[in-house]
Amino acid sequence: MNFWNTMFIGMKEIWAHKFRSLLTMLGIILGVSSLVAMSALVKGMENGMKEALVAMGGLEKVRVEFQDDLPPHQRHLTDQIPGLLMKDVYALQSGAPLVENITPIVEQHGYRTRINVTYRNKRARPWRLYGTWPGILDLEDHRVEHGRMFNEIDNEEARSVCVIGIELRNDLFGDPEKTGEEIIPIGQTIRINGQPFTIVGMFEHYMTEKEKKEKELAKLQAQQNPQGGVVRDKGRGSSGPSGYVFRLKNNSIFIPLKTMMIQFRAAAGLDEKADPRLSGIYMKVRDISLLETALQQIRNVLQVSHNGIEDWSFRTEEDLADGIQVTIKNFRMSGVIIAAIALVVGGIGIMNIMLASVSERVREIGIRKAVGATTTDIFVQIIIESLIIALIGGIMGLVVSIALVDSITAFTPTENNPVITGEAMLFAWGCSAMVGIIAGMIPAFKASKLHPIQALKYD
Amino acid sequence: MALVELRDIRKTYHLGGEVIHALDGVDLDVDQGDFTSIIGPSGSGKSTLMHILGCLDTPSSGSMTLDGMDIHDATPRQLAKVRGEKIGFVFQFFNLLPKLSVAQNVELPLIYKGASSRERRERAMQALDLVNLEDRAKHRPSQLSGGQQQRVAIARALVNDPRIIFADEPTGNLDSHTGEMILETFCKLHEEGRTIMLVTHDPEIAALTPKKIEIRDGKIASDVDAKLSGRESRFKLNRPADT
Ligand SMILES: Nc1ncnc2c1ncn2[C@@H]1O[C@H](COP(=O)(O)OP(=O)(O)OP(=O)(O)O)[C@@H](O)[C@H]1O
Ligand SMILES: [Mg+2]
Repeated sequence: MNFWNTMFIGMKEIWAHKFRSLLTMLGIILGVSSLVAMSALVKGMENGMKEALVAMGGLEKVRVEFQDDLPPHQRHLTDQIPGLLMKDVYALQSGAPLVENITPIVEQHGYRTRINVTYRNKRARPWRLYGTWPGILDLEDHRVEHGRMFNEIDNEEARSVCVIGIELRNDLFGDPEKTGEEIIPIGQTIRINGQPFTIVGMFEHYMTEKEKKEKELAKLQAQQNPQGGVVRDKGRGSSGPSGYVFRLKNNSIFIPLKTMMIQFRAAAGLDEKADPRLSGIYMKVRDISLLETALQQIRNVLQVSHNGIEDWSFRTEEDLADGIQVTIKNFRMSGVIIAAIALVVGGIGIMNIMLASVSERVREIGIRKAVGATTTDIFVQIIIESLIIALIGGIMGLVVSIALVDSITAFTPTENNPVITGEAMLFAWGCSAMVGIIAGMIPAFKASKLHPIQALKYD
Repeated sequence: MALVELRDIRKTYHLGGEVIHALDGVDLDVDQGDFTSIIGPSGSGKSTLMHILGCLDTPSSGSMTLDGMDIHDATPRQLAKVRGEKIGFVFQFFNLLPKLSVAQNVELPLIYKGASSRERRERAMQALDLVNLEDRAKHRPSQLSGGQQQRVAIARALVNDPRIIFADEPTGNLDSHTGEMILETFCKLHEEGRTIMLVTHDPEIAALTPKKIEIRDGKIASDVDAKLSGRESRFKLNRPADT
C-alpha cells in the first residue's frame, strides 16, 4: 500500500476529529517547546560564559592568591605567614619557565576600603583599584582605547598616573549618552583618596555581545528619527555572571605597582615591612596543554620560598569553566527531565486517543481487511496516524517554543540571550516523531490483529 | 479442477460448555461460470460457509482450494491478497466506509493492491458504470438509497476483476423491488461469464439461479427441495436497469 495514501487517510482521520486531536497534541506541544526553550536557555548561558571567560583573560591565565586561612595541619604556623611578596615574583620568574608575564597585583576593593575618586566637584566610586605592572593588559584582556597604558618607567619612578575604566569617565566627566558630547579626559588630573593622579589612558567600553547589538540598534534608530532622541541604556541595568565581568572592568582604575605601594601603603593594609604584601600574582601558562606541569612548577617554587606554608592558592579559569560546565549540565539535565516527562505524558495521550480511535473503527478495519488490507497495512496506517498527530504537535511545539523564548527574552533580559539552534529544533521534532511511533505501537498492534469476520460482526 | 473445492469443511464454536457445529462436514465444488444460490433455514450455517469461502474466516478442519491455491496453508498475507484480488464479497449490510466517497469506497481494494491513482480512478469508474452509478461517484454512501449502496458494494466487489463473487443475502436488507434490481445486476454479471454464489432466504430468488444448494444443520442437504426445482420465478428480468 502506498505511503502517501496512508498519510492522506491519516490526515483525514485527524481532520475529522480536529478538537480531539488538538487536545491530544497538547502534551507533545509542551514537551517539544520546553525541550527547545531549555536548550535555547542553555545555549545562551554557554555563550555568555564563553564571552566572560575570554573577557577574564582566557584559560591560560593562572592566579596565585594570598590566603590567610591555612590548611588544618598548618594552623599552628599562622603567625609565621610570609604572605605573597615581590621575592615570590622574582622566584617564579627564574624558577617557573613554563609561565610567562608574571605580574604582581595589589588590589583594593572599592566598597570594602572606600576608595574616593574625585574630579572638581564630581565623585566616583570605583569597584577596584589595582596597583600592578603593564603586563596586566594582556592578562586581563584589557584594551586601551584612548591614551596609553602606564609603562615600566612610570612604575620605576612611581609616577602618579592612572588608566581608568569608562564608567569612571562617565561619572567624573559626564556620560556622552546623556550629555551628548564625548570627553576624552587624557591629561586631566583626578584625585584618588585625595592624591592627585594624571589620567594617561582610558580603556574601551567593555560590552557583552548583546549590549553591543543593542547599542548598534539604538544608533540605527537614532539615525532614522533624530528627533526622538531617547536612548535607552538597557545594558547597565542588567545582571548575570558574564555581565558582571564586563562591568567590573569598566569600573576599575589601574596605577603602577610602585605608586600603589608608596602612596597607598596604609590604605592597602600594608605595614611598614620592607617588602609589602601582594594580593596576588597573575601569570599566563605558555602552553595550555602543559597547564598541569606549569601549575606543579609554580607550586614547587612557592613551596620553597614560603618554607612549605600554604598561605596561597591557585585560581585558574579552568576551575571556573568546570564549575560553569557543571551548572550548565545540571540545568540541562533538569530541562531534559521536564521535557521528557511532558513527552511521555504526551505519548500516553496519543496512545489513549489511538486506542479509542481503534475501538471506534473496528468495523472500518474489518472492511479494509475484507477487501485485501494486510496486517502490516493496518499496522502502518495506525502508526502513521499516531505519527502525524505527534509531528503536527511537534511543529506547533516548535512555534510555541519560539514564542516562549521571545517572551522570556522580552520579560527577563539578561546578557545570556537564549539562542534557538536548528539542531535543537530538529532534535525536539525527532523526539516527537519517536514518541508518536512508540505511542502508536500498542493501538496499531491491536488494530492489525483484528480478525476480519469478528470486526464485521462487531457493533 | 473446479475453481473452488471444499472437502469435509467443519466449523465448530465452543460457547461455554456447549459445542456448536456451524458447519459439519461440507463438500462442495464450484466451477468457473457457475451461478449458485445457497438456501437454508436461519442458523443452518450459510453465512459461516460464505465467510470461509470468502477467506474471511478459517475452518476448524477440512481443506479448501481456490483457483488452485491451498487456502489452509496460506499465510495471513497471502489470504489478504486472495481476498483483495480473487474474491469479491457483497454483504447484507453493504459495509461501505461512510467517510469515503462512493468512488473512494470502490477504489479501496485497488489501494491495497498497490495500483496507481490513475488506474484506480479509471477502474472504479468502470465498475460504477457496470452498476449504473457512475454519476454518483462523488457522493457519500449516506446520500444514497439502500439499493444504490448495495450496488456500490457490488462495484467494489467487481473492481479487481475477481475470479468469484460471494454475496451473503445481498437483498436481505432491501425491499423486493430494489432487490430485483440487485438480482438483475447479478444475472447480467453471470451472463458476462462471472462466477457468483449468493445466499438467500427467498426460494423465488433461488429459482433464478442455474444451481441451488440447500444447507441444513451445517450440512449440504443431499437433495435440493423438489418445490424449488422447476419453479417459475415471479421476477421478470428483462426490464432495463433502473438508474
Ligand atoms: N461467533 C460465533 N460464536 C458462536 N456461534 C456462532 C458464531 N457465529 C455463528 N455461530 C453459530 O453458527 C450457526 C450458523 O450461523 P450462521 O450465521 O452461519 O447461520 P445462517 O445460516 O447464516 O443464518 P441466517 O440465515 O440467520 O443468517 C448458528 O447456530 C450460530 O449461532
Ligand atoms: Mg447469515
